[in-house]
Amino acid sequence: MAKYLLLKHYRGAPAAVNNVPMDQWKPDEVEAHIQYMNDFATRLESSGEFIDGQALSPDGVWVRYDGEGRPPVTDGPFAETKDLIAGWMVIDVDSYERAIELAGELSAAPGAGGRPIHEWLEVRPFLAPPPNFTH
Amino acid sequence: MDDVELRELVPRVLSVLVRRGADFATAEDAVQEALIRALAAWGEELPADPTGWLITVAWRAFLDMTRSSAARRERELRFDTEPPAGAIPSADDTLRLYFLCAHPDLTSSSAVALTLRAVGGLTTRQIAQAYLVPEPTMAQRISRAKRTVSGAGVDRPGDVNTVMRVLYLVFNEGYSGDVDLAAEAIRLTRQLSGLVDDPEVQGLLALMLLHHARRRSRTRPDGSIVVLADQDRRQWDAALIAEGVGIVQAALARDQLGEYQAQAAIAALHADAPRVEETDWVQIVEWYDELLRFADTPIVRLNRAVAVGEADGAPAGLAALAEVDEHVPRREAVAAYLHERNGDLELAARLYASAARNAPNLAERDHQTRQAARLNQHLQHHR
Repeated sequence: MAKYLLLKHYRGAPAAVNNVPMDQWKPDEVEAHIQYMNDFATRLESSGEFIDGQALSPDGVWVRYDGEGRPPVTDGPFAETKDLIAGWMVIDVDSYERAIELAGELSAAPGAGGRPIHEWLEVRPFLAPPPNFTH
Repeated sequence: MDDVELRELVPRVLSVLVRRGADFATAEDAVQEALIRALAAWGEELPADPTGWLITVAWRAFLDMTRSSAARRERELRFDTEPPAGAIPSADDTLRLYFLCAHPDLTSSSAVALTLRAVGGLTTRQIAQAYLVPEPTMAQRISRAKRTVSGAGVDRPGDVNTVMRVLYLVFNEGYSGDVDLAAEAIRLTRQLSGLVDDPEVQGLLALMLLHHARRRSRTRPDGSIVVLADQDRRQWDAALIAEGVGIVQAALARDQLGEYQAQAAIAALHADAPRVEETDWVQIVEWYDELLRFADTPIVRLNRAVAVGEADGAPAGLAALAEVDEHVPRREAVAAYLHERNGDLELAARLYASAARNAPNLAERDHQTRQAARLNQHLQHHR
C-alpha cells in the first residue's frame, strides 16, 4: 500500500475544461455536484482507501520569525498570483495506477450543464517509511 | 444502570477522594479506573450502593497508584489503607469540582476536556473522537490541565461564569463521534443548576434545551443546512420546548437579567411561533436590545440586524447592518439576505457568492452557493 495526497487548488492549477464558477450553475447542478463528492468520499471509506480529507479557507498569510523578542512578521492576505490550495484528500492505495484512477474520478465531478468539470488535481506520493527488511 | 447514570456518579466519587486528601490528578485517574471496572463488574449484578462501591474501588486504585509511585520514589506511604468513615458526597464538593475544571488558568480547550472527563466521566478516547483529535493528543491536554489545576486546591471559591462559558462551548461543538456533546452539555448544566442557585445558570439550561429541541429540523440527512424559516416545526421537540420555556420564565421572574437569560428569551420566542409568519419579531428585537447591555458583540449586533429586518422591513435591517463591524463572520450572508428581501437581486447574488467563498464551514459554503445559484438562475430567466 502507498499513500498519496490529492490536492485541489483554488488558484494555480491549469484551467479546467468546464470552467464556470459554481454560483453560475443551475441549482440542480450544484446539488448533483455535492452529491457526487459525498458519494466519492463514502465509496473510498467503504473500500478502505480513505485516510483523511480536509477543506481549507481561501484566507491565509505568510509568517516568518523576526528575531529574538520580536513577534513573528506576517505578510498577507495572499497576492492574487499565489498558488492556493483548496483542500486535500489522503488515500492509501495498492498502486500508483489506482491513485491516478481515483484522482480522475474526482476530476469527473459534474459541473455547469451537468457535464464533468475536468478539473486538474495534483497527485503527490508520500515519502514512504524505510522498509523493515533490506536485502 | 446505563452509561449516563454511571457517569452521573463520577463528580461525587471524585470529590470524596479529594476531600480525603487525595491529590486531584491521581484521584481523577483512580476514578476512571473504577469506572472501567464498574462497566465490567456491574453487567452481572448491580451493587446495592453503586456510589459506595465506586468510592471504595476508586480509593483502592488511588492507593495502588500512590504506592507504586511512592515505591519508585522510595517514600513512605502517606495514606491509611482503610478509607476514613463518614465521607459523604456533598453538593458543595461537586460544585467545587466544576470550578476547578473551569479554572481561569486553563485555556478553553483544556477546561473543556478536563470538565468532560472529571465531571462528565467521559473517557479520553471519547473526548478525542468528539473533538476529532488523536487520543494521545487529548491525553496530553488533559494531563497538562490536571497539572495546572492540581496546585489550585478545591477550596478556592470559583466563578460560575467560567463554568457556564465552558459548558456553552461544549454545547456548541454539537455532534461528532459516538458522544453527543450537546446532550452532555445539557446534562452537566442541569446538574450544575441543582448545585448553584443562579438565574443565569437556569437561563443557560433553558437556552440549550430550546436549541436542542430544534436539532432534528436544522439539517437534512445529507448534512445540508435548513434555515429557521424553512424548518419543519412539527419536528421540534415539544417536551424540551415546554421545559425550556418554563425554566426561562421562572428565571426571568427573579429580575436578575443576564446574557444567557436574554438569549433564552429570544430562543423561546422562536419556539413559541407555530409558523414562521407568526414570529414576534418586535419582541425579539427588544430582547436583542437587552442582550446588547450584557454582551455588545458584533455577532449579537449582526443577529439583531436580521431581527430588525423582519420586524421593520429590509431597509431598516440594512440600516442596522451598516452599524455592524465589517469583519464579523457571516455578515455578507446577512447582507445578501436583506438585499434580496429589498429586491436588489443582482447585488444579493454577488453577496451570496462572496459569502460562500468566505464561509467558515463546508455546510455553510454549500448553502450560500445554492442561494447564489438560485438567484442567478432567477435573474437569467427574467433578463
